[in-house]
Amino acid sequence: MRRVLEGSHAVSHAVELARVKVISAYPITPQTHIVERLAELVADGVLDARFIRVESEHSAMAAVIGAASAGARSFTASSSHGLALMHEMLHWAAGARLPVVMAEVNRAMGPGWNIWADQTDSLSQRDTGWIQLYCEDVQEVLDTILIAYKLAERVSLPAMVVLDAFFLSHTYEPVEVPEQDEVDAFLPAWEPTEILDPADPHAFNQLASPEYYMEFRYKIQQAMEDALRAHDEIDAEFGRRFGRSYGAVHRIPCREGERAPLALVTTGSVTGTARVAQAALRQKGIGVDVVKLKLFRPFPHEEIRRVLGPYDRVIVLDRNISFGSGGIFASEIRAALALRGEQPAVYPFVAGLGGRDITPQTIESVVARALGDEPPSDILWEGLKL
Amino acid sequence: MPIELPVHERMYSGHLACPGCGAAIAMRFLLKGLGEKAVLSIPACCWSIIGGPFPYTALQVPVLHTAFETGGAVASGIRAALDARGDTETQVVTWAGDGGTFDIGLQSLSGAAERNENILYVCYDNEAYMNTGVQSSGATPTGAWTTTTPTGSPKPTRKKDIMQIMAAHRIPYAATASIAYPEDMVRKVQKAVSLKGTKFLHVYAPCPTGWKVPSEISVKLARLAVQTRIFPLYEVEEGVRYTINLEPVGYLVDEYYRTQGRFKHLTREDLDRIQAQVDESWDRLKALARIG
Repeated sequence: MRRVLEGSHAVSHAVELARVKVISAYPITPQTHIVERLAELVADGVLDARFIRVESEHSAMAAVIGAASAGARSFTASSSHGLALMHEMLHWAAGARLPVVMAEVNRAMGPGWNIWADQTDSLSQRDTGWIQLYCEDVQEVLDTILIAYKLAERVSLPAMVVLDAFFLSHTYEPVEVPEQDEVDAFLPAWEPTEILDPADPHAFNQLASPEYYMEFRYKIQQAMEDALRAHDEIDAEFGRRFGRSYGAVHRIPCREGERAPLALVTTGSVTGTARVAQAALRQKGIGVDVVKLKLFRPFPHEEIRRVLGPYDRVIVLDRNISFGSGGIFASEIRAALALRGEQPAVYPFVAGLGGRDITPQTIESVVARALGDEPPSDILWEGLKL
Repeated sequence: MPIELPVHERMYSGHLACPGCGAAIAMRFLLKGLGEKAVLSIPACCWSIIGGPFPYTALQVPVLHTAFETGGAVASGIRAALDARGDTETQVVTWAGDGGTFDIGLQSLSGAAERNENILYVCYDNEAYMNTGVQSSGATPTGAWTTTTPTGSPKPTRKKDIMQIMAAHRIPYAATASIAYPEDMVRKVQKAVSLKGTKFLHVYAPCPTGWKVPSEISVKLARLAVQTRIFPLYEVEEGVRYTINLEPVGYLVDEYYRTQGRFKHLTREDLDRIQAQVDESWDRLKALARIG
């Protein structure tokens, strides 16, 4: 059924379609519309789930960890400072191998207070053991929640579905909402074998000495590597069932069947803007292939090498920064490319922090800079007003 | 009079508690009161160690070990999941130390109590962060030595009144219990299990290591804490109906304080001041029990 949905409500309805049993959340702008709609769906009996309105994000993550440990498909949503407060429990969810799914609305970290789009919040959680999936539009947000549950439950790791503040969370778009029976066929009930059960008592998450700890960590890494393959399989299955699939890394060529000399790597809603800029540049005779990165954890190293390796120049547009290093996607992409003999020159642009617009003109500007005489550097800034 | 307790034991020997550990004795009594259908969540505390390292466990009930400040929230999540699969019978119990309850876990406990989650929260109180080596907590009593309140500057302030804090949430049931009074404790566990909503038990559990006392006197110390009125046994129903379960002899606090290395630096004046605090608290408790 085709409906016009706000990005936040696309998340809520995907959670409904996934037949989630336990939701726990604490309010933070711009995540609130997601959980408000879920609270309504539960209150109205549309969604047969328990909504635990906790007193902090830390407790929200703790509550879904408890729920998933007892075998319930669980969901939470957060953003920015809320996600940062969850940090400890993000490690716990992954270490406990619980397939919790979270919607994370990319918002800047303070100070100064800033509620607008910025990816530094989710990227700061890079090393917690969560799968991270970045979305381009509202349809992809809805679909990715469903894909995330299947993937998380397949490899027993938690998954974060990331959407830009306001550009996606508060934007209405026409969305194809799948039928419940189709979703049930794609995503059957979660049936874990090891849960808290008085009839079969076990201790979970207990003291792990140096004799055991390292192997537990190794298994998490193995699960992440499995998740790379599993993501592609599940994404392809989603495509067969629903007619839409996304890929971990998706190349959008300037001209079908050709390779432009320059690739522009984007994430999140900026990809949509890049598609527009790509068309405008083509009219001016400048060829740029857009490469959309959706899966950040596990990081698709080989796919990045395969797709980006042949280019002369690669721009990476980062709406985030690791202070003292630079754009985080650029850093990871360069590290992946380092295993190749011949490497493209990488232009790591930081732009759009704290919700500053990234317009088609922004993209045309970075393209002009990368094609000009400017040498590739460790960090390049675009749109600074100094 | 012979003690009458459920005969079943749900705790194995071979656990890792120190000799005379009040927390180990308290767990044994908790499990006697709980029955078969129970799930424990244990935030960081001595019992994170006592229960045994992977792949062993000293308990015959399922245990979810969890982070320090999450006792109230994790139990809420477990409860919701059990309810979702139609199991409303299994009792979800959080078993936390005083640091995890009075301090770092107070927020999530308060949240769970405010929602009146159907859980039993048990705080075993050994009056300091014992697992990390005897650092002062909100449960450490006035005048006590700990490694962060050394004898040159022992704890100046009073122990937080966790029972009043929990009663103020108007939860169905809050009670104190002691390892020196097993029948009283088991009865309170059973009563808590029979009630819906948030139940809170505050269990006095001496720590010979941290209190600098011989291991064989921990039960005696727990009894003295009750009989000196330092730790009276009482219940609070719906946050307002107070019942004192045992009328203490009313020994002077010296009887309790003078046996413990952690208090040996205290002067006569210090003890008089502590006696006055204990008398005042006891009078207030009696007044509340009269209203109830």
